[in-house]
Amino acid sequence: MAAPKASLHLVAPVWNGGTRGIGGLSRVVAPEGNQKKGRSLLQFLADCFYDVEALRDHLLRKQVSKVHQKNRFQGREWIRPNQRGHFSLDFLKLQAVPVEAVDASGCAINYQGLDSLLALKELQSLWLQRCPHVDDWCLSRLHPLASSLQELSLAGCPRVSERGLACLHHLWNLRRLDISDLPAVSSPGLTRILVEEMLPSCEVLGADWAQGLKLGPEEQPRDTAGPTPA
Amino acid sequence: MLRRTLLLGLCRGPLGRGLGTHRGGSILGKVEGRGGYRGSWMAPSSSSVTFRTQDPAHDVKTVGRLGGGDRDGKMSEIKKKIQSILPGGDWNPLYDTSYLPPESSDVVIVGGGVLGLSVAYWLKKLEKPRGAIRVLVVERDHTYSRASTVLSVGGIRQQFSVPENVQLSLFSIDFLRNINEYLAVADDPPLDIQFNPSGYLLLASEKGAAIMENNVKVQRQEGAKVCLMSPEQLRNKFPWINTEGVALASYGMEHEGWFDPWCLLQGLRRKVQSMGVLFCRGEVTRFVSSSNLMKTASGEEVNVKRIHEVHVKIDQSLEYQPVECAIVINAAGAWSGQVAELAGIGKGPPGTLQGTKLPVELRKRYVYLWHCPQGPGLETPFVIDPSGTYFRREGLGHNYLGGCSPTEEEEPDPGNLEVDHDFFQDRVWPPLAQRVPAFETLKVRSAWAGYYDYNTFDQNGVVGPHPLVINMYFATGFSGHGLQQAPAVGRAVAEMVLEGHFQTINLSSFLFSRFYSGEKVQEHNII
Ligand SMILES: Cc1cc2nc3c(=O)[nH]c(=O)nc-3n(C[C@H](O)[C@H](O)[C@H](O)COP(=O)(O)OP(=O)(O)OC[C@H]3O[C@@H](n4cnc5c(N)ncnc54)[C@H](O)[C@@H]3O)c2cc1C
Repeated sequence: MAAPKASLHLVAPVWNGGTRGIGGLSRVVAPEGNQKKGRSLLQFLADCFYDVEALRDHLLRKQVSKVHQKNRFQGREWIRPNQRGHFSLDFLKLQAVPVEAVDASGCAINYQGLDSLLALKELQSLWLQRCPHVDDWCLSRLHPLASSLQELSLAGCPRVSERGLACLHHLWNLRRLDISDLPAVSSPGLTRILVEEMLPSCEVLGADWAQGLKLGPEEQPRDTAGPTPA
Repeated sequence: MLRRTLLLGLCRGPLGRGLGTHRGGSILGKVEGRGGYRGSWMAPSSSSVTFRTQDPAHDVKTVGRLGGGDRDGKMSEIKKKIQSILPGGDWNPLYDTSYLPPESSDVVIVGGGVLGLSVAYWLKKLEKPRGAIRVLVVERDHTYSRASTVLSVGGIRQQFSVPENVQLSLFSIDFLRNINEYLAVADDPPLDIQFNPSGYLLLASEKGAAIMENNVKVQRQEGAKVCLMSPEQLRNKFPWINTEGVALASYGMEHEGWFDPWCLLQGLRRKVQSMGVLFCRGEVTRFVSSSNLMKTASGEEVNVKRIHEVHVKIDQSLEYQPVECAIVINAAGAWSGQVAELAGIGKGPPGTLQGTKLPVELRKRYVYLWHCPQGPGLETPFVIDPSGTYFRREGLGHNYLGGCSPTEEEEPDPGNLEVDHDFFQDRVWPPLAQRVPAFETLKVRSAWAGYYDYNTFDQNGVVGPHPLVINMYFATGFSGHGLQQAPAVGRAVAEMVLEGHFQTINLSSFLFSRFYSGEKVQEHNII
């Protein structure tokens, strides 16, 4: 993934790859030790059982909120796990710095899981591409981010429909919104026009964005990249 | 292709099944009755009988061919003959009793609308052990052509002033959000409740502003996400509103909006059927009960009744079937006053508990659907004007629907469901166009009417047992907000039946006895 503009910075590809992300996180906040075992067991169980997913979700939330309380940063490069899924120890030094952008693309974040994001009062950019559990109910919860959020991507979220997009009008600060490739939207063209009308000062990216018409070089990989777990 | 494979696989099973025993026959009848359930024929347990309903001759033949090789033609003919002679064969109406209700059921629910089905669902969900109680739902109209549930506008809000109503609605929104966990049926597709989380926007005049502020305090205490807005803020957020005469607005940020009532109804129906609840098409016309003269602590004599039998008149026939039962749930919606009367409720000297009626009546309400290309956009919430006029967006094509309640003097005759179009011209449009100037030009596209299950005493729900007819429980009277409360009310009634008291939400103030004692549960309207 290409680094975004120099001013945006932040935490997050943490969650890319689901379990691996959690493993990475817990490595930072918890002491070294039996995590390796714990993580792979959890991952194995999660593959098999639905309930474990709920547990995993809960753990994720706990870990994330710990990080958010302890580590805030601004004006730095993206923080992401290295190839082995580990975070650098520098991570710990970034305290009292607010989170400005979160890339949770492809992450299994759900309605409850949003709690941890909503606590980020200075969040400016949020990427939720292809999040399988992000639905209309989730979008109705984003309003507390209204005063800070400028950029939101929902591209490829299979469960987002025009009904959820309608409540994005709360986000009056939004400058850029990506709603391309939403299979649950019944008429994408019309919906995009209506969303544009609803958010007049926001650039709305629709279907043609995916076809590369307005694609800027920095954005290009966002859709496909994200550190894939080794 | 899948279907064909399924067919082949199943047909290889015991041939005897294809012959249709009495049991098989009745299953067939039921599957037919359930017609329209997508996917039900794919369920392995029922498909062997279900596909037969589509083309009996052909499928019997298929069975024959697979089982009997070359002589399939003859085989199938013989089989057809045997089948038609056996009891339960579909040709012989004398033996087919599948459309009749059972002779007894622990609980009989009168009315298969959203409230009746929700009670059925929670009874089965909370029963211990599983399968402990038999539940029968009696519904006279399986097309629901006059049922309020499907004629409503599908709104859900927490902006009430009575804390119980806020709690009920919060419970229900949670239920709707997790509907596919609550109402999942194996092999059936998930439900799409089509929730529009667009919120309610209530506008108050100067007179109503203080009440509104108080109401919002209550709502927030209960956990609702409601904010107050000044006219200035209102103009910024919704520039299409004319704020003249508006002093304050309250706006639901989350958990409010509208959904598809038909989906909730069908989802409940599908689920309770899978849980073993029986359905019967018929009308409850009579209750057989015994009574006991008892004395209250103060020495007053009262007549305590218990219903033993419910008479169900079969659809389109003079036949009726008595059903023995232990408990009756009155969930007959707008008609629940009449059902209560059948049980003798309200038949006594005026001013006594025995003479106190269930004050639920039919009240006809119109809903109009209009088109307005210049109308407000995607952000449009469910708006309620101080005049009582309401509207919301419908879909994406600049269509809107709305209406308003007539005054007591204007109440139309509830004898039919015809629409009065002058009512729109005279009563709905003027305040609408005043509030949203864009609506000065609009085109009414269609309209319909439905019945409120209107509680004339205090316009709030009636929940729980009758004090004198001790085994009749109510789930009715919600007067225009019964759809959204249904998931929670069903649970409350089931708790009352199974545990003897409310557990999740205390609805003691919604008991019938308030009609006798005179304690109203009144919503403080901001109008
Ligand atoms: C125009 C309109 C708009 C509305 N908007 C909303 C809204 O936005 N939000 C909301 O929450 N609520 C709304 N409501 C109210 C809501 O629709 C009702 O409160 C709710 O549907 C009541 O459900 P029910 O199951 O009691 O009634 P119904 O759906 O009417 O079901 C009762 C059933 O009982 C059957 N029945 C009656 N008598 C007998 C008998 N003797 N034997 C057998 N069967 C019998 C009837 O055939 C009927 O199907 C609205 C209502 C109307 C009319």
